[in-house]
Amino acid sequence: MALLQIAEPGESAAPHEHRHAVGIDLGTTHSLVATVRHSLPECLRGESCGILLPSIVRYHADGATEVGVDAAAHQASDPKNTIVSVKRLMGRGFADIEAAAHKQYDFVDGEGMVRIQTAAGVKSPVEVSSEILKVLRARAEASLGNDLVGAVITVPAYFDDAQRQATKDAARLAGLNVLRLLNEPTAAAIAYGLDNESEGVYAVYDLGGGTFDFSVLRLTRGVFEVLATSGDAALGGDDFDQCLALWLREQTGAGELGPEDGRALLVEARRVKEALSKADTEPARLMLSSGLKIDCAVTREILEQLTANLAAKTLVPVRKALRDAQLGVEDVQGVVLVGGATRMPQIRASVERYFGRAPLIDIDPDKVVAIGAAIQANVLAGNRRAGDDDWLLLDVIPLSLGLETMGGLVEKIIPRNSTIPIAKAQDFTTFKDGQTAMAVHVVQGERELVRDCRSLARFELRGIPPMAAGAARIRVTFQVDADGLLSVDAVEQSSGVAASVMVKPSYGLSDDEIADMLKAGFEHAADDMRARALREQQVEAQRLVEAVQQALLADGELLSSEERGAIERVLENVILAAQGDDVARAQAAVAALNKATEVFAGRRMDKTIRSALAGHRVDELKV
Amino acid sequence: MAVTLTERAAKHVANFIARRGKGYGVRLGVKTSGCSGMAYKLEYADETAPEDMIFESFGIKVLVDPKSLPYLEGTELDFVREGLNEGFKFNNPNVKDQCGCGESFNI
Repeated sequence: MALLQIAEPGESAAPHEHRHAVGIDLGTTHSLVATVRHSLPECLRGESCGILLPSIVRYHADGATEVGVDAAAHQASDPKNTIVSVKRLMGRGFADIEAAAHKQYDFVDGEGMVRIQTAAGVKSPVEVSSEILKVLRARAEASLGNDLVGAVITVPAYFDDAQRQATKDAARLAGLNVLRLLNEPTAAAIAYGLDNESEGVYAVYDLGGGTFDFSVLRLTRGVFEVLATSGDAALGGDDFDQCLALWLREQTGAGELGPEDGRALLVEARRVKEALSKADTEPARLMLSSGLKIDCAVTREILEQLTANLAAKTLVPVRKALRDAQLGVEDVQGVVLVGGATRMPQIRASVERYFGRAPLIDIDPDKVVAIGAAIQANVLAGNRRAGDDDWLLLDVIPLSLGLETMGGLVEKIIPRNSTIPIAKAQDFTTFKDGQTAMAVHVVQGERELVRDCRSLARFELRGIPPMAAGAARIRVTFQVDADGLLSVDAVEQSSGVAASVMVKPSYGLSDDEIADMLKAGFEHAADDMRARALREQQVEAQRLVEAVQQALLADGELLSSEERGAIERVLENVILAAQGDDVARAQAAVAALNKATEVFAGRRMDKTIRSALAGHRVDELKV
Repeated sequence: MAVTLTERAAKHVANFIARRGKGYGVRLGVKTSGCSGMAYKLEYADETAPEDMIFESFGIKVLVDPKSLPYLEGTELDFVREGLNEGFKFNNPNVKDQCGCGESFNI
């Protein structure tokens, strides 16, 4: 028999119409699932374990899998078949995997995404993630006594299209209907915004296991708007463990460790780190396979010294996001802490020092994202009446989207931090006479040159009717849906020929690079400006050279050989100048060519008019 | 006859109301929909109507509107756990038959 839940006044569901939806925080270290029951958000427990499911999957030779605590127990004994932190591999190519990780697993290069050789065969990160999601789905169905309508799954704000798509694929593979993907900091804001009904500007500081996200949000009467996001895709609690593990190794002179010992040491380092959030000192004890014993007392002070640079590193994206949002620390009315790593006293202290106020910690930082996702899922599943307290959710895109124009320059179509969903269009034209095709190269990033940005997709618009250069009107539309996925289409306006692309995940960027892209955009602003000016001048020079060469070919007989020689010398000079990197010289050469061809251009004009008039009497012409 | 809560149900209601941050009590009712005649309504009560019948069990106010009362006389609301699933269950002596899932019933 179905068990009933208490509804909000007037919101009792009709029988058999309870629509169960869940929020899932698919984390690097832990994953968890939450739902809204009795009108209250709560995290769901597993049969035998607690709320947090370690994001660890172990494969057996017979194809069986273990997920969570059971798999975690074999981290040290069966490291090659026990996959941890798979979130870091989502949507990543073979070339992106750092050298250190190669020691951990046997990677196989696969189409689009790296794969891992396990005892049960080759597994993709999507498959590994889906094993985690299957366990959470089973937990939710057992707890709710019903099938699920769908799930809201959270992803870091920094996840690009490839990583978001990979997350959706994993959910589908686990039999979950994805209601939507939600940025983790936005989910945290939902959890706090609704519980506390706060208004004003808030910041979300999310230091998870493997990623750091910082977001600035504005909450106004039930409306959330993300003003800016920033972060570091390769910074998290794991790095604090690594730091401590390295120190422990150095202290004991253990030297280079095998995968099993390395894993065991990391587990011990994490345990010590967590204990030090409460205790002032904690002993680290471990027996290595070589027989060497690690036994040393770690104080909170030591941990803080070892990781001071990591804590400081989080403040770089913090400053940037505030700058992007054009806000100062004094504008921020509260800082929400998310992620287990924010339990560390040094993190809380550093946030408090920077913002000059104590951070908000009302909701368990491990649960806050899942709770926000559950609240959102409940709304999307249609379990709440539309009304005054209905709210709209705005997300932003983390990196600008644009396309390549002549000279390898980037034309930004959708600037970063635009709220999504969004659609923007811009008209482009052809570069050459009679051009019948145009390549559209979609890129992501903050830099001015294509080579410094991330290539997302390429497609060609063919069948453009032959026209003079600059006459065609090609409208390119960029559309980003609510999940942050991009589609681009190009339409030639006169003929209606069209081509489009749903951005297929193009893997080819490491975690570090993603984080560096934003930083680079600012650091290289001046270089980029010069580079853009030069490329524009080069494109202009090329266009002019081609036009003059065409003209010489067509009407060369209008010139004496001396005149022709003079033009050709100046032309040579333009070609040379365009190859160099002196903008002023290229500009001067282009101006000289324009001047040198004035007479020639005049004669061509006369010739054209003469031929147009040939055979006509003057009185036939309307002037 | 009164409409009551078991002690276990009352404890859970008290807990939910505390976490919700407001609530005068809990409202039980029936509405005419469902695959077998009537369906139960179980909601938080933030305000009372003049015609409401108000009972009290283990410190929790139980509100029933007069039209629902005949269907619910003598009902005891229990809180049960079945594996990981948990929720409220109506033990209603007036019910002659109910649909398989127990969400709707006939008198």
